[in-house]
Amino acid sequence: MKPDALLSNPTSAPQRALVFVTRTRQGGNTGKLDWTDWASYAYLVVGLFMMFAPILWLLMSSLKTESAINQFPPTFFPYSQKMVTVAGHEKPLAMFLTRVDGVEKPLAQVSRLGIVATMVDPAKPTEEIKVNIRERKPINEMEFAFENFTDVFKKFDFFRYLFNSVFITVVATLLTLLVNSMAAFALSKYQFKGQKAVFGLILATLMIPPTIILVPVFLVINSVGLLNNLWGVILPAIATPTGVFLLRQYMLTIPDEILEAARMDNASEWRIYWKIILPLSAPALAVLAIFSVMWRWNDFLLPLIVLSKSEYFTLQLALNSFQGELNTQWHYLLAMTVITIIPITLVFGFLQKYITTGIASAGVK
Amino acid sequence: MTPTTQSEGNFATQLLSRVAGFGFNLFEPLFRFAQKKLGVPNLGWLFVGPNLLVFGLFTFLPILINFVYALTGGIQLMPQNRPFTGTENFQILLECKNYFDIASCRKDIFWRSIVNTIKFSGIQVVLMILFSLITALVLNRKIIGRGFWRGVYFYPVLLSPVVVALIWKWLLQSQGVLNAGLLAAGSTPINWLTDAGWAFFWTIFVSIWAHMGFYTLILLAGLQAIPKDMYEAANMDAASPWRTLTRITLPLLMPNLIVVLVLAMIRAVQIFDEVFVLTGGGPGSATTFIVQFIYQTGFAEQIHLYGLAAAASLILATGLVCLTLIQLKLTKADEAGRTVK
Repeated sequence: MKPDALLSNPTSAPQRALVFVTRTRQGGNTGKLDWTDWASYAYLVVGLFMMFAPILWLLMSSLKTESAINQFPPTFFPYSQKMVTVAGHEKPLAMFLTRVDGVEKPLAQVSRLGIVATMVDPAKPTEEIKVNIRERKPINEMEFAFENFTDVFKKFDFFRYLFNSVFITVVATLLTLLVNSMAAFALSKYQFKGQKAVFGLILATLMIPPTIILVPVFLVINSVGLLNNLWGVILPAIATPTGVFLLRQYMLTIPDEILEAARMDNASEWRIYWKIILPLSAPALAVLAIFSVMWRWNDFLLPLIVLSKSEYFTLQLALNSFQGELNTQWHYLLAMTVITIIPITLVFGFLQKYITTGIASAGVK
Repeated sequence: MTPTTQSEGNFATQLLSRVAGFGFNLFEPLFRFAQKKLGVPNLGWLFVGPNLLVFGLFTFLPILINFVYALTGGIQLMPQNRPFTGTENFQILLECKNYFDIASCRKDIFWRSIVNTIKFSGIQVVLMILFSLITALVLNRKIIGRGFWRGVYFYPVLLSPVVVALIWKWLLQSQGVLNAGLLAAGSTPINWLTDAGWAFFWTIFVSIWAHMGFYTLILLAGLQAIPKDMYEAANMDAASPWRTLTRITLPLLMPNLIVVLVLAMIRAVQIFDEVFVLTGGGPGSATTFIVQFIYQTGFAEQIHLYGLAAAASLILATGLVCLTLIQLKLTKADEAGRTVK
């Protein structure tokens, strides 16, 4: 069948898929791709590779056994040397394809001295054969080391780091939503003296990045006794100018008549805030919640100076300290890294649309 | 969905709203009391109170204390125990025998970190804008699965700096996959992270890789706001794609480009986390940037020189203020140009 005929009259599923993939301009010209379309798709595919190959490599590497991960050159799939248990030997022995008298046989290595290895046939465990190590190649088989992920929890205090990170993220996000929505409510629905000054002051803090007040913030946290305390990381950043601004702009769109009606019904201002304004601001609160989760889960510099004892480490701090210590234990470090990115990936998978539109409209990260 | 899961979901949300309602009701008496005492508009102070308290304690107060630290010496943390030294901290940071030779400066590592930061920001911001712009232009075309492609470029933005650094450290280590590729291609392996030039290159590359999606998104939002009839008119006049880009797209995108330029610049100047984990500032001081200098001087080294760190952060703050002023000026110029036309 000619490709043109195939495209103009699709019948089978793959043909329809092909038509779908090559169609660009809906209702436009002829449906043909010109060179700029090809260039665009080429750019996107290269981008896909650049963005995801490193992450895919991380994922595959985290599934390798300790011996496989230290292999050079590395393989994409997690191969490792085949091990067998042979009668009379306690530990499993490594398998080699060994050339004996011109014939290649799979043999297990018992011991090695210099260039001479003592091999044994798993079928005949009593008979030992001595060969030159140049006469043999390791036998590899694919082996996914899922135990890396369980070992991380068994051998390290990983649960504690995970708990610390989750605790900080959840508590800080709830407080961020509460504190900033209260301020936004006052700034959007009340006209009190000094209101403009307050709003200006809060927005001015946008100009003051945390990095330039690192030393005095450390002093304040120390003075209020929150050094090496998870609250020392939570509290300093629960008020955010971005949050106030985002919520205030949204609450301005809520008509004042609703508030007036509630006041007629003798509702208190606090009740109006949490029973009426908060539920109506749900979309803006959701955007702020997503931001807050991202900020807190990934936070590094503030925890780095506030939490110096390892029992208070967050996941990020733990990863950072392990990469210094565990220089030879990449299989654990990579497994930890993968566990750390799972929550963010899930959030992204489900809320991609909200995140991207939220960022595009607010211009914040 | 089965009815049972439906009702379970309802039960969970009901429980959650009960708990939240209980929590909020605890504050009811306090606010009722304040409402009686203050009256309605002034109740606003109670609502912004917690926010202002946190800002005051952790932002405004620290700004003031920062000056105290910068003007005092010694190794004590408590300001009252620190001797006043005037501008000595700034002298230590800025003094050089010969201003054309960094090695002759008293704190040569400070000067090196500044030069590195300027070099890094200059190159990184230009490349960042270039690649985000190209990506946004491509994503703005009629392509299939735009949401998917947008997600592809955006995903790394969500990763923590530590994770980003570890991913690349794993690829770039001497026994890593990149060197395996070089070896397979018949070339010799390179020490990517222990060679000064390459380490600097990778700090730029990795930071663009991690943050490009964010700027792409801002530019894409700007592109999608450009009215379609502009392009139809250009099409009628048979304008070349290049002319359409330079005469319609870029001028109309200018506000977003300025936002991206300034945000990228302010972030680049403050680069720390990724580089700290990726190279640790090395080899030597080849990738030590200003924030890392502040962190090391104030917290990581054996003797914590808080005064010196505070003085360095004031110098950084001055730089950031200049960048913000440039932004205001650019925005004004852009708006003025718009109204004239």
